[in-house]
Amino acid sequence: MDENVILTMRGITKSFPGVLALDNASLKLRKGEIHALMGENGAGKSTLIKVLTGIYPFEGGEIEMEGVEGQAINHSVQEAQERGIATVYQEVNLCPNLSVAENLFIGREPRTKCNTIDWKKMNSSAREIMKNLDIPVDVTMNLENYSVAIQQMVAIARAVDMECRILILDEPTSSLDDNEVEKLFRLMRDLKNKGVAILFVTHFLEQVYAVCDRITVLRNGQFAGEYTVAEMPRVKLVAAMLGKDLDDLASIKAEGSDTVRKDVVVDAKGLSHKGTIKPFDFVIHKGEVVGLTGLLGSGRSEMARCIYGADRAQTGTLTMNGKELKAKAPIDSINAGMGYLPDDRKADGLIGDLSVKENIYLALQARKGMFHPLSPSEQNALADKFIELLQIKTASRETPVNQLSGGNQQKVILARWLATDPELLILDEPTRGIDIGTKTEIQKLILKLAAEGKSVIFISSEIEEMLRTCSRLCVMRDGSKVGELDHDLTQNTVMTAIAGQGKEGEQ
Amino acid sequence: MKNIQKITRMKLFFPLFCLLLVLLINVVKDPGFFQISVKNGVLYGRLIDVLNRGSEVAILAVGQTLVVAVSAGTDISVGSVMSLSACFTTMLLAGYGVNTTTTIVMPMALGLLAGILMGGLCGAFNGALVSKLRIQPMVATLILFTAARAIGLLLCNNQITYIRYEPYKYLGNFIPGCPIPTPIFVTIVVIVIIMLVLKKSALGTFIQSVGINSRAARLLGINSDFLCFLCYVICGLCAGVAGMIASSRIYCADSNNIGLNYEMDAILAVALGGNSLAGGRFNMAGSIIGAYTIQAITTTLLAMGVSTDQAPVVKAIIVILIVVVQSPVFKSWVETKKNRRRAEIKEAV
Ligand SMILES: Nc1ncnc2c1ncn2[C@@H]1O[C@H](COP(=O)(O)OP(=O)(O)OP(=O)(O)O)[C@@H](O)[C@H]1O
Ligand SMILES: [Mg+2]
Repeated sequence: MDENVILTMRGITKSFPGVLALDNASLKLRKGEIHALMGENGAGKSTLIKVLTGIYPFEGGEIEMEGVEGQAINHSVQEAQERGIATVYQEVNLCPNLSVAENLFIGREPRTKCNTIDWKKMNSSAREIMKNLDIPVDVTMNLENYSVAIQQMVAIARAVDMECRILILDEPTSSLDDNEVEKLFRLMRDLKNKGVAILFVTHFLEQVYAVCDRITVLRNGQFAGEYTVAEMPRVKLVAAMLGKDLDDLASIKAEGSDTVRKDVVVDAKGLSHKGTIKPFDFVIHKGEVVGLTGLLGSGRSEMARCIYGADRAQTGTLTMNGKELKAKAPIDSINAGMGYLPDDRKADGLIGDLSVKENIYLALQARKGMFHPLSPSEQNALADKFIELLQIKTASRETPVNQLSGGNQQKVILARWLATDPELLILDEPTRGIDIGTKTEIQKLILKLAAEGKSVIFISSEIEEMLRTCSRLCVMRDGSKVGELDHDLTQNTVMTAIAGQGKEGEQ
Repeated sequence: MKNIQKITRMKLFFPLFCLLLVLLINVVKDPGFFQISVKNGVLYGRLIDVLNRGSEVAILAVGQTLVVAVSAGTDISVGSVMSLSACFTTMLLAGYGVNTTTTIVMPMALGLLAGILMGGLCGAFNGALVSKLRIQPMVATLILFTAARAIGLLLCNNQITYIRYEPYKYLGNFIPGCPIPTPIFVTIVVIVIIMLVLKKSALGTFIQSVGINSRAARLLGINSDFLCFLCYVICGLCAGVAGMIASSRIYCADSNNIGLNYEMDAILAVALGGNSLAGGRFNMAGSIIGAYTIQAITTTLLAMGVSTDQAPVVKAIIVILIVVVQSPVFKSWVETKKNRRRAEIKEAV
């Protein structure tokens, strides 16, 4: 059986100043298998991958790869690619100001006879690739015009299109909808049948059970075990990841979600933003959690941005607590009591080089104004409170936020908005990349906020998560709001409403 | 060993180290470097000279640091803006078209203030181009880089206006009865003001946020565009102040020579201070130390007999060395070397 092994990593140790990220971690990949790499936020999954692909040097351990004499240590991403390792990193690292086609072919552009770039060929092959994946993009447009989900698909398409023996996908599905996930899975199964070994990192257990053959679990940078999917029921897997049992996931749905609707907090009439979202009406009451749902590109994020004033609405009015709010810039909405967690963590959320502490207190500071600075002790107290509350794994509160693991970065941004104590919190994919343990905590937190009388607009590509937290869902399609669902919320009714087949979704 | 590492990791370690090195070379070359004597009731000495002559660069570096941090670009117009401010002030004080004068037609304080505000206006122009029209900082400030001197010359009716009015010399030289050169005081005032503002408000953190990720900064409630604009205005005001000093030193406005090449020194000061020219995090103290380091290098070279024409060459070489040693690539190279050495030693054991 072991002849099939294509890659072995043994006893890998890697430390960053103040953190031991990997401590004797191991991994074994076999040809034609889909291998899940699992673990809590900050367990060391991304670091292990970056060690393998030559982004980070490491201190100890061995890497062997079939077809490579001796140690298969990569010193650069190029070297890893030449050895047949294609990677999609957790943080989409494409060039936002290049076109989709350029991003797909960067570093391996098709050439004409005179050795210049063959644009025609490049664009047509790019079109072909995107069409095969059924992704609606104009390949000549700059990548930055598209959502994170599409960017993620482009990154995947790029990796898949390279001839590879090992394909590494670090949380590729974190911002994808079920549809895209299904497309990705089909692709992965094809490659698997061709004998490619696939390493797949995800926090979604269902996805592991849907495609994976084997699971390696990391805990605190250490190898915690390798299992076949068949021998590992969910409960045991979760226990292996956390090192302890988790309370039941399903039991957190709010009691009596049909509570009487009281005071209106935000009432939007005919809001629209040219090119992204058509005029829509929207009402949210005190203590309500409303979900925005729809397919990828249906305008759910755009609607949230429009309500918040991140994109200034061109038509319509928005009243907050009975007063009209004409937000010229986000600060106006913040002062009126809103908070907005954007879906693109890297581009719209993180202030990378600043510390965890600064990232947490910035929004509150902006709300207080430049000339009323928080005292250092207030800043520290605030940071410590949220590091504790959300279990942010960081060496210290002074650590630059871009040194945190993906899931922990997400927690920092969530903390930023919780710190401002807003009346209306708009959360676009708040649990992206967050491990299951903390995810449940965050869902509980949202329901607790609602119980305290705060209102929440919630967007998630995970329908189950919305069902657990929302009491009402707005259904979006093609940039307009097509209906609302407020009773009988089940996976099925929502799915049909989104797809536009059910009558419930229509108005 | 641990302690040494702690010190070398400090942000200000490198700028200070460079400054000390330059000073050390000076002392070795000329033991009299630190000697300060009193002649005619005022202080003399090379150290005083560095502090005095370095004033303009230090003040420019303050503004330049903010501009670099907020917009990841440099304001290359500061030298020309110095010149324009100086011309504007002398025109106001002497009257248009007057070649040389011993009396002034306007209160001096008002004239100086107007000159500084002129700098602010130029900064506002640059700031508007960068923050509103999103023109690359280098290109936007290139406009005034070329135009400001010409405008200054127009204001002075194409001649050098001399103001032989004694108090006008105070700002750039000495106030009677005070042994310390006035520019040193001015610099201290500018630095104290900026440090107080940075300490007593969230301006510093906001500027860094905008410099690192202006989209995210806007979304969390910071007025990114306005902050960017503001930094250019502050930079312009600093150029105005520096222009006043430079003009007062020679009690005239020599449009072609005031502030010549000062933008380069200001930018270098920022780089020497350990600030990344890619914006974001900044270190004001570092920039100021960098400014005096540059001045010390200049003074040393001139004292060593390197001619004024060749001094820039030597200066450039020194600066390249310093910047390379500070670069992250070089640092990580040293780091891996060290690690490899350590690993070899371990293996040998
Ligand atoms: N560049 C870095 N500098 C310093 N520390 C880092 C760096 N990258 C990662 N770390 C630390 O290493 C640990 C492991 O991080 P890693 O990104 O591998 O986690 P992960 O398992 O991928 O988590 P997630 O599920 O959140 O993506 C974390 O504690 C993190 O803070
Ligand atoms: Mg990760």
